[in-house]
Parts: sequence; structure tokens; C-alpha cells
Amino acid sequence: MIERFARAVRYGLATVLLLVMSSMARAQLQVDITSGVSAPVPIVISPFTDDAQPSAQVVGQDLSRSGRFVLQDRTRADYIVTGRAVPAGDGRVTLEFELVNLLTGQRLLAESVTAAPTAWRNAAHRIADRIYQRILGVRSAFATRVAYVAVDGVAPALRYRLIVADADGESPRTILESRLPIMSPAWSPDGESIAYVSFETRSAAIYVQTVRTAERRRVSARAGVNGAPAWSPDGKRLALTLSSAAGNLDVHVLELESSALTRVTEHPAIDTEPVWSSDGSAVYFTSDRAGGPQIYRAVPAAGAAVQRVSFSGSYNARPRVSPDGRQLAHVTREGNAYRIAILDLQSGAVRVLSQGTQDESPGFSPDGGTLIYAGRERGQGVLATVSTDGLIVQRLQATSGNVREPAWGPFRP
Amino acid sequence: MMLKKSILLVLPLLVLAACSSSNRKEEAPPAEVAPPPAAVATPDNADAVASAGTVGELTARSVTLPADLADRRIIYSAFDSDSISADDQALIAAHARFMAGKSGVRIRLEGHTDQRGTREYNVGLGERRAQAVRRALGLQGVAESRLSTVSFGEEQPAVAGEDEAAYTRNRRVELVYTAE
Repeated sequence: MIERFARAVRYGLATVLLLVMSSMARAQLQVDITSGVSAPVPIVISPFTDDAQPSAQVVGQDLSRSGRFVLQDRTRADYIVTGRAVPAGDGRVTLEFELVNLLTGQRLLAESVTAAPTAWRNAAHRIADRIYQRILGVRSAFATRVAYVAVDGVAPALRYRLIVADADGESPRTILESRLPIMSPAWSPDGESIAYVSFETRSAAIYVQTVRTAERRRVSARAGVNGAPAWSPDGKRLALTLSSAAGNLDVHVLELESSALTRVTEHPAIDTEPVWSSDGSAVYFTSDRAGGPQIYRAVPAAGAAVQRVSFSGSYNARPRVSPDGRQLAHVTREGNAYRIAILDLQSGAVRVLSQGTQDESPGFSPDGGTLIYAGRERGQGVLATVSTDGLIVQRLQATSGNVREPAWGPFRP
Repeated sequence: MMLKKSILLVLPLLVLAACSSSNRKEEAPPAEVAPPPAAVATPDNADAVASAGTVGELTARSVTLPADLADRRIIYSAFDSDSISADDQALIAAHARFMAGKSGVRIRLEGHTDQRGTREYNVGLGERRAQAVRRALGLQGVAESRLSTVSFGEEQPAVAGEDEAAYTRNRRVELVYTAE
């Protein structure tokens, strides 16, 4: 149904599309879902024998939280997962597991994952990823991480933490803590480092921190704004925002090894929030050169003209590119509400996927199937995910504090 | 085939319980990073699931302001605007007169927005506001070299709240005096 609308609509009708889609999205986010997707796959996860940890439970949680599976008892399931924990001899533990189709009796997987006892959760997430891909034929991202900013305290006495957690929100680790704002975390493509903005000196600077060691390097601390770091796909460059002495923000590219700086935009408007195209040849960014903020595309160092990319609505900002390079997740304003939308770069069609009033900071999961974003409920920042088809919405509830600016890390080797 | 289904998934996923660890590790930033330790970086590996330690507070040498200026160091802005009201122009002139008679003093102009809109774009709007006040002080004769700007965007609200009253107090430029 969504595709039929998308095909029927061209640029000139995009505003109409936005209204249609947003009412559909709202219906989806309330409980009723009307769509053509098939029913979730019924599966049973037997407890793993000799397992000191609830590994099977984590596998089941991953699969059921995806919305594509439903946990059932054996009589009603189409698939069964069994497993056992075996000492690997070097202090590590091997989880052996099997996936069997109960309707045909066919054994679909017989594999093992070996991990240190402290990494049992990661091992369970990897097993869930294998099962998901074997049954559904597409990749999932259970064994990945998310970074986000948490804020405690009451304004103006706030405390900011940069946190890295497993993709299911478990095992949160604080990797930076400050009394001054931390902003805009961005994972390096290899998942080893996070670039972010810290105001710890009462001025803005961009740092690159190695997650494992906490070693960090200040890569940009020019006078004025140093913001919005975005890694190039090869991990060698950061697109970022700097300001002139007169306070004009423009997008630049910084070579991390040589510190060489190249200007990408040159315009008296605010140009910021850059992100690279998936092939690294272009940069998308937010600019208010036409009045309100809209999304544009520029080719660094080519002298090519800047092209406008977003056309529907008065406020479209902070783009993020899908892994296949074909779509932009971004923030769009509908009336007084800020919501998450996806723009199809080829057709120009826009789908609004969230229904909050202050939703922001969308980012794709590395498999491209899910968006994570930040919203607000009762004055608190919350995180949520929505499948890119709009059908499955989850709240990621924080037990304390304000959370914001989620960034989904890449696949891990 | 069209199916009608009900799915409600509200998951308590992010458990932000306090973590403690006996072998707490804190690595100092590398030598290149010279500023005082307002932030603490913590390694993330299996052995050190630790929250970071105490964070230092940056302190600048204080500047004693006359009473009529000490409590009037904030210029408020209208929504999506960096224009300065006539009252605030007079206030800026008073600060400029103080600066003219006081050498060795600088002003850092801290621009802020309300929480609506995307965060880095708001950094741009806060910078615009701070620059508008910088230009106004410049027109009143304060030397460029004695003024600097920083935009915190929406990251440092003056007050909590999600109504127009809170937003009005959060859209602002603060004049922060520092000794040279």
C-alpha cells in the first residue's frame, strides 16, 4: 500500500503524500496495524543445557523483540532452537546450537560460538543473528552496540554522560562524563572509535575516542563552532561544521591523519549536520539558505553546485543515509511537531514514521531495517526504534535520567 | 493478503543501573589535550565496567561587576530570531560603558536556544544570537579582541520545562565576564 502511494506521487504532490503517510503512521503507532506483512514466525527456544547464563533467554528476547518472531511452545512452533554450553578449555565457553524446522524435520543450522564468560550476552546475540538470517534471509543487528548521551540533574546543574550499550540496551558503559554538554556521537566505520563534541573547556571541540581504551585525541578546536562530526565510509575523514569569525557555519572535511582541512560549503546561511553518501562521493547536510532548514547535497572539492534534496514541508533537517545509500532518514516538522521521516532519494517520496512531538536524531541500524531515534515523554528524553516499513515500534525505556542522541554502531567482525 | 494484527511492544530495555567495579580504571586524556579535567574518559572493556570519577569544574578568575549590571547579564530572544529589543540595546550599552572603563576584562557571549528543532542546527541558531550581541557591543565601542562567542545550542537550558514560559527563558545570550 505504501509502495503504491510512493509510485503514484512525484515531487509536486509530495506534500499530499506527507499528510497521507503521517496519518497512516499514526494509526500504526497506536495498537492496530493494517498491512500486508506475514504473521510473525512461531519459534521455540529450549533452555541451553549446562549453561551457567540465561543465553537461550537472550536469544529468545532478541528474536521476539524484532517483531518478526513470536515465542511459542513446541506444539505451535515452526522452528526449534536447542543448545548447550561446553567449556572450551582456555577458560572460554562454547555455545553449540541447532536450528530445526519442525514442519519438515530439516536441520537448518548446527554451529557454535565461543566467547569469554563475560561476553556470553554477545555470544547469545550472535546466535540470534544467525537464526534470524537463516529463517528470514536478511541480516539482523542484535550483536551490535549503540551509543547515546544521558543527562542527569536539574537545569542548569546538569551532568552529561556518553554511554555505549549493547543494541538491546543491556550492559551500559559510561565512556565519558562531564559537567558541560556532550553532543553528536558518531561511530567510526570499523566500530573502534566514537567522534563527539564536548564543551568541557567551555568551548566546543571535537574528539575521537577509542572505545576500548578511552584514549582520545582532540581533532578540532578552532574558535567558535566545532560540531556535527560525520565519518567518511573509509574512516579516514570527518565531515564537520566550523564557524567563521563572524559566526557563519559551513561544512568542512578534515583528513584525520594529516589534519588537512577542505571547505565544502561557502554560504552565509547555517550549513551543518553533514553526513556522507554511502559511496563517500558526496555529503548531505542541513542548510537554511532558502529560509527554513532543508537538506542539500554537495560534492566536496569538485566545485559542483549544491543541490537541494528535500522539498516537502518547511523544516527538514539532520539527514542520515541508509546503508544501501538510497534513503535519507531525517527530522521533519508537521505543524508544531518534529517527527522522523524517510526520504526516498530516487522518487522523492517521504514517509513519516514517528508520531511524537519532539522526535529527533534518527539513525539506521547497520542492516538498514530499523531506525533508532530520540523522543520526549513527560519532560524526559527517551529512545525508540521503528522498523523502516513503519510496522514495528519499540520504546527503549531508561530507568533513570534523560537519554538522547542515539547512534547505532556498525556490524562487528 | 491483508492481515489485521495487534502489536504492542513497550520494552524496558535500557537499564541504567549504577555499575560498580573493584578494578576501576581511569585513563587520563593523551598529552595533546591540555585543558583542565572537566570531563573524564573511561575505557570500555570487559574488565572495567566502571562509571567515571569526579568531574572538575572550570573556574575563571572572577570579575566584580557593579550591582546594576551583575544581575542583568542575559539578553533574551524571540522564537527563531536574533534581533535585540530596544531595552536590551540599552543594557548592552551599559555593559559597553563598563568595559570602556575597565581594562583587563573580557566577555564571553554564550548563545542558547530552546529545545525545539535539531541539536546541531540549534548550535547554529545560538551562534547567530551570540554574534548579534557581539556586533551590538562592537558598535558600542568594545574592541573585537575582548569578545568571544560560544554556542551551546539547546544543551544547557536555564530552566527545565516544555512550555512557552520555559522556552522563553532558555532562548538567550549570557554575558560571562572573565579576567584576562
